[in-house]
Amino acid sequence: MSQAHLQNTPGYVNNEGMKIVTSRFGYEDSFTIDRYLATGGYEALRKGLTMAPGDVHGEVKNASLLGRGGAGFPAGVKWGFCPPGKFPRYLVVNGDESEPGTYKDRLLMQRDPHQIIEGCLLTCYALGLSQCFLYVRGEMALAQERIADALNDAYEAGYVGKNILGSNFSVDIVLHWGAGAYIVGEETALIESLEGNRGMPRLKPPFFPAAIGLYGQPTIVNNIETLANVPWIITNGADEYKKYGSETSPGTRLFAVSGHVKRPGVYEVEHGVTTFRDLIYGDNFCQGIRDDNELKMFIPGGASAPWFFPEQLDLPLEARSVGAAGSMLGSGAIVVMDETTDAVKAAARIVRFFSRESCGKCTPCREGTTWEEDILNRMLSGKGRPGDIETLLKAASNISPGVYPVAAWEEGGLVAVPFPPKQTTICPLGPSSVAPIASAIRRFRSEFEAKIDEAAHATIEVSVGGGS
Amino acid sequence: MSDTETQPEGIEVTLNGRTIEANPGELLIEAAERNGVNIPRFCYHKRMTSVGMCRMCIVEVDTGRGVGLQPSCMLTCSPGMTVDTESEATKAAQDGVIEALLINHPLDCPICDKGGECPLQDQTMEFGPGESQFLEIKRTYEKPIAISDIVYLDRERCILCDRCTRFADEVAGDALIQFQGRGNHTQVNTFPGEPFSSYFSGNTVQICPVGALTAKPYRFKARPWDLQKTDSTFPNTMGDRIEVHSSRDQVLRLMGVDSDATNWGWLSDRDRFSFEALNHEDRLRSPLVRGDSLGNTDETGEELVATSWAVALELAAAALRSGEPNSIGVIGGARLATEDQYAWAKLAKAVIGTDNVDAQLDDGLPAGLISSLPRGTVDGATAKGSAVVLLADDPKEQFGTLYLRLRHALRNGDITLVELGPTKSGLAKLSTVHAQPVSGQVGSVAAAIVSGTIDQAVGGVQPDTLAAAVAALDGREVTVIAGRSSLAESAAPTIDAVAALATLPNVAFLFAGRRANLAGAIDMGLAPGVLPGRVGLAEGTARFSAAWGNVPATGGHDTRAMLEAAAAGTIKTLILLGADPLDDFPDSGLAARALAAVDTIIAVDTLPTASVRVADIVLPAAAFTERDGTHTNFEGRLSPIVGQVGSPGTARPDWMIAAELALELDADLGFDSVESIWDEIVATIPLYAGASRQLIAEGDGLVIPLQPIDVTAFQTPDVTEVLVLDSYSMRLVTERRLYDNATTTQHCASMAHLGDDAVASLHPLDAAALGVSDGEYVAVTSSQSTVQLPVSVNSRIPRGVVAIALNRNGADPRQLIDHGAVVTDVRVATP
Repeated sequence: MSQAHLQNTPGYVNNEGMKIVTSRFGYEDSFTIDRYLATGGYEALRKGLTMAPGDVHGEVKNASLLGRGGAGFPAGVKWGFCPPGKFPRYLVVNGDESEPGTYKDRLLMQRDPHQIIEGCLLTCYALGLSQCFLYVRGEMALAQERIADALNDAYEAGYVGKNILGSNFSVDIVLHWGAGAYIVGEETALIESLEGNRGMPRLKPPFFPAAIGLYGQPTIVNNIETLANVPWIITNGADEYKKYGSETSPGTRLFAVSGHVKRPGVYEVEHGVTTFRDLIYGDNFCQGIRDDNELKMFIPGGASAPWFFPEQLDLPLEARSVGAAGSMLGSGAIVVMDETTDAVKAAARIVRFFSRESCGKCTPCREGTTWEEDILNRMLSGKGRPGDIETLLKAASNISPGVYPVAAWEEGGLVAVPFPPKQTTICPLGPSSVAPIASAIRRFRSEFEAKIDEAAHATIEVSVGGGS
Repeated sequence: MSDTETQPEGIEVTLNGRTIEANPGELLIEAAERNGVNIPRFCYHKRMTSVGMCRMCIVEVDTGRGVGLQPSCMLTCSPGMTVDTESEATKAAQDGVIEALLINHPLDCPICDKGGECPLQDQTMEFGPGESQFLEIKRTYEKPIAISDIVYLDRERCILCDRCTRFADEVAGDALIQFQGRGNHTQVNTFPGEPFSSYFSGNTVQICPVGALTAKPYRFKARPWDLQKTDSTFPNTMGDRIEVHSSRDQVLRLMGVDSDATNWGWLSDRDRFSFEALNHEDRLRSPLVRGDSLGNTDETGEELVATSWAVALELAAAALRSGEPNSIGVIGGARLATEDQYAWAKLAKAVIGTDNVDAQLDDGLPAGLISSLPRGTVDGATAKGSAVVLLADDPKEQFGTLYLRLRHALRNGDITLVELGPTKSGLAKLSTVHAQPVSGQVGSVAAAIVSGTIDQAVGGVQPDTLAAAVAALDGREVTVIAGRSSLAESAAPTIDAVAALATLPNVAFLFAGRRANLAGAIDMGLAPGVLPGRVGLAEGTARFSAAWGNVPATGGHDTRAMLEAAAAGTIKTLILLGADPLDDFPDSGLAARALAAVDTIIAVDTLPTASVRVADIVLPAAAFTERDGTHTNFEGRLSPIVGQVGSPGTARPDWMIAAELALELDADLGFDSVESIWDEIVATIPLYAGASRQLIAEGDGLVIPLQPIDVTAFQTPDVTEVLVLDSYSMRLVTERRLYDNATTTQHCASMAHLGDDAVASLHPLDAAALGVSDGEYVAVTSSQSTVQLPVSVNSRIPRGVVAIALNRNGADPRQLIDHGAVVTDVRVATP
């Protein structure tokens, strides 16, 4: 292995706050088992094995650890959903991080893979599972390599496998690389993919993974970052964990900031107390907009989230407040756009992503997202027509009927419509394509009208008599 | 069901403001339909798992957690659920789905075969917004591509409902078509180099909700509104229910009808497209007699020449009058309608006075055995907690819809399946136990399983396999699907096995013969030594002497004995009722000698088979789409056959031929219509009392006997001794395949070429020991003959067996069979 290969990837920004999941990120060799053991690694596992499984579960439940995959559901409560007496049951770790703007899980896998493995082991112990599947996104080559190396080392050191640390507890962790489909980040599609099928979501009900999941058995699906928190909680206790963050959202959380800021990167911040303004403008964080431009809009939770505007800057980074304000915190990906951004172009770019990534299962999404993309592309290429805005909204309403969630805008007379949107599809991918359209048209309708106007007044040069 | 079990309570659901009662576990879309509310749908199909893909059946539902849009095909009714299928939100969502489906759908309805019967067209008229706002460029694909020899796929028309792909994977088990690509570029297609060569591909055409899948035989043949449609029964072992579609007096397609008890709407391709043979120019259209090359009638002529019915019947009557009743034999009749069988039984046994009557061609089981055992049903065999023993031809090859029903029950985990055939069947992947006894020893294996003697290997079956078979049957109601799986072994081992299995508690039998109406033939007395109603000659003589005036005094020959007598010169006239001994009788040499030796062959048939070509008098019969009648399937289920088109030329129903021939013999059968025959059947056969034509036409038909009957015990023969296979030999097994050189199949333009040539199938280790691989030729030598044919290496075949399919191009395994022995052992060598 070359030395270059061992070097850490950029992306993480070390700020001076509380560190739970990024505590080892400062080390060049943070991903090795030696470093992990030297910094208290696998101590939580040792401690956990001395506790009753139910107590490990109880500790996580008391910590109110919220899922970090997007929905923000308390992990400890989710773990309790498996129907009693139905075995085998599985833990599936969702490392198919593909939401545009999100790259926190990738860093966790690249820089501290053992922390994730330890989280998996504790979860399996708490729930009486013996089989864990770790699904890593297909494109994440370095993360795959580091996870695989770490798992080999952990097996060799006796932390994974049969009779872990001499106990009766045995777990196998199976690695699975995705083949590159955004939709597989959706938990039921991920399960389909793991089973070897096309990655297409299953309908809930009846396919709630906790009841009918992988191979029809009870399955807990957790996000990488969620599990990365577990060792710390077991080592330090739920009460200690709850000292950080807000009452409803304890602990810390990773946010990936990208776009037009001076210092983009992944930041670990206290959950629920930090605001968007702190994160985007704070000296300790992103240090403001590039070239000191004005902020035009920002996406608070990945490409699927409706847009926020300067009015929403003082909201805390907390799922409930963001949802009430008309968007979602989702996977913690904040995309910042300054005044130079063309709203139509930005919307088109995001819609294109969703139309390309639609799995093709539900009619409204399969046909509708491409229709939206076609209309937006036509407008951008100077061929917009009067009525296009209405058609675009109609196409969008086929996927998400009713009033789409929106942020308040006093000047424009808009009242906040809370998240989530209604949907005619199985999963939220289709409705996600409506987020940029609804956000952009409501706030910047004039930009859309200008494109149509331009097309109407465009002069077409016609050469006469063969021309020159 | 025990008495203490109470009927589960209905579930109250509010549907559009009124309260309806749903069954426990019922899907909303079904409950609504039962209560007169039709929710539009494309992907939902009641015989397949719901996928919730098209989103058309989305409705506004409140399950107590607020109003939301939910697909009714995925939603199980729960107490207190409130549903509004007519709300504005529901309508808007459904309009949106229609609009989305249509934006890329080519509006080529005027040239689309589906136009006029297209769910997309119909639902667009009923539910859609009526106007499109789509200004972009539609998705385009190459117009139809052939995905198999029979089926074409037009991907532009496809609305990706997952019906065909689900059918292929879930129902048929041939996952050869799949979704490919994603998002807007998702398409259904085959894998490179692997066509959709499923035996059941025609069903995907039937369930396609648009014109994306079309079948070659129907493409551009008719417009749906020009078609005449009649419910009928396809004459096959299952008695599949069909709808016959015709136009201008020609059958253009057959559609499966969803009957709970039988085919669930499915058909195998061989049956679905077999109507091509009915329209073939080779159909027999006028009586033929021997004549010269100028078309003049001449008894010694080399040619068959057309003549009138009067001449042909007179000649036939003369031949029948010329000898003793015992010098006349009647072979076949298992493919006729039940009324025909009764009329022919009456003609043969009462008018002609011969008991030399056999509907089977030495390829079935004795009528006495079949009549003496309780009959089961397909529903019983596939009911939750049942067990099935397979002792017959591979259902996938021969009894397509039975295969689909068994496959469904196995996939659901409802039943256990113990296969006792010499090779693995098409269900092998799902079957509970595959014993694979050495060919010839199935009798002792069955006896061991029944008695629980599992401490040592029996017939090549190891103790753990025997134990698994015992466990698979233990405490369950058992249905035995019985027939002859290999003609290279005599009937004796199978009879032994049936006799052993008959001693199980709670056992019933389904005798799966190849010919459609075998059960009817046996019930109607088309077998030696029996009279209509499953009674022996002795038992029934009193009743039928009164009803018919005359019955044979002594029992007659079965087909083998008849052919032997014919070859020896004691039988002088043979009547072939849709039977072709030359191609179909296991002992091809005997059949050829017999047919060459008899004075007169009278053949009643629809197409010129090999035996028809050597007949002296040929009487053209009407096919099942051309006449009314009743079909008896292997459960004893009666269902109506309804004629819809005219026969070619002067061909007429078989019963009418029997009646006319009787008149020529100065006897009156008393039949002037199908109804008049049925009236006599009901009046003279106690088993059929009360089986009115009206009851038969209702629902899923009527299973005979209506009441349980005491069956007479069959005299169990001694268990047959079978020689142990020596280590230099292999045992010959014959098999049957769906597509072969059967006369009907060969007269269907779409299917004639689908059968492969004959091959010698060997286990990989046997092939390796011989040093041969796929396609290399081997010589197979028995005591009778040697044939050379290419090898097919297949782990479906057990070690020590060489399996050869009957009736295919190339070598004929019938030449190898030693008919004097229980089994035929052969040497296989490289030439």
